[in-house]
Amino acid sequence: MSAILRRARLLPSVIDAVGGTPLVRLRHVSQSAPGVEVYVKLEYLNPGGSVKDRPALRIVRDAIASGALTPEKTLIDATSGNTGVAYSMVGAALGFRVALVMPSNVSKARKDITQAYGAELIPSSPMEGSDGAIRVVRRLVAESPNRYFYADQYANPSNPLAHYHGTGAEILDALGDRITHFVTGLGTSGTMMGTTRRLHEHPRKIHCVAVEPAEALHGLEGMKHMGSSIVPEIFDATVPDEILPVSTDDGWDMADRVAEQEGLFVGHSSGANIFGAVKIAERLHAEGRGGCVVTIACDRGDRYFAPMRWERRYTW
Amino acid sequence: MEVTVRIPTPLRSLTGGEEAVKLSGATVREVIDGLEKAHPGMKDRLLDDKGVRRFVNIYVGEEDIRFLDGLDTALESGQEISIVPAIAGG
Repeated sequence: MSAILRRARLLPSVIDAVGGTPLVRLRHVSQSAPGVEVYVKLEYLNPGGSVKDRPALRIVRDAIASGALTPEKTLIDATSGNTGVAYSMVGAALGFRVALVMPSNVSKARKDITQAYGAELIPSSPMEGSDGAIRVVRRLVAESPNRYFYADQYANPSNPLAHYHGTGAEILDALGDRITHFVTGLGTSGTMMGTTRRLHEHPRKIHCVAVEPAEALHGLEGMKHMGSSIVPEIFDATVPDEILPVSTDDGWDMADRVAEQEGLFVGHSSGANIFGAVKIAERLHAEGRGGCVVTIACDRGDRYFAPMRWERRYTW
Repeated sequence: MEVTVRIPTPLRSLTGGEEAVKLSGATVREVIDGLEKAHPGMKDRLLDDKGVRRFVNIYVGEEDIRFLDGLDTALESGQEISIVPAIAGG
């Protein structure tokens, strides 16, 4: 199906618009690697505005099918924001309640968007990031196990499965045998795990690279520095072929460059992904090889704005 | 001026797991110098040659020092300084 026909689909519900995102060629920021194609998959074109629509929808569908999520239960999870937006959208569309635990320093935009869908927000300590939010959810669920369905995106196998059946399959469908490398960052690690497992089934080896923040204290929101974090249960260190550390400054600068040079206004984690993809392309070029590198634009830059410019106070 | 500095999880490896550190200083800059003396490595993670790293947020009370006098923000005894990190993962 051509892109035009795909965009003209008639859909019964907003949740049917999740997935089927386009790949866009990056020609300017990869000029340092002529002969290597670099593509970015625009996950921010999902209806909730981020890649997280995929795992959130799959988690919900699988939980409804297994009977774990019923109409009288409230879906609860810890999130740094985008998964929360996705759960809230799916909850509103399918008619169940959503409660989200977020560190109180998540951007105001995220709080406003999730509340617009009717989700309940529960703040956790701004000093402890998403790990603090995880601890709060675990306590709430332990206190009222019958009230909640704990979606647990960090441990739920439906998260990587969404990418195995969706993201990975779509990349192969779009590029066929051309793809040689895949690059994406680690947050819950769902995108990396699921997409890589699918790409590794391809008959020719596709080299899959996990981007990680270079430092424990970093500004690549949505990414996890595994060495200093609660390691997600779905993360399997043997899946990626390579780990590539990227500094916050390199990720932020690349996000600015792709906005100015490619017309793509992406968030910081997408900037880090694209920086990683261009690094891999430059390495292939230096070795005298061609190739086709694919990475992910997780969300749009307007979810971030400059740090706290409109948010002088971080209290809830 | 004795103040309390709240340390975020990613930097607690430098403070031996301590969530808060008491230090004295008349400005945020002096407190960060004191933090570096007590817990070497801290300054590099918070500052670069242009000042506070752009992804690090330092608050005095509830105010981001970017909206006060930056590193020269004057401190009063008993105030709380928070180093607030970006949010990781999911």
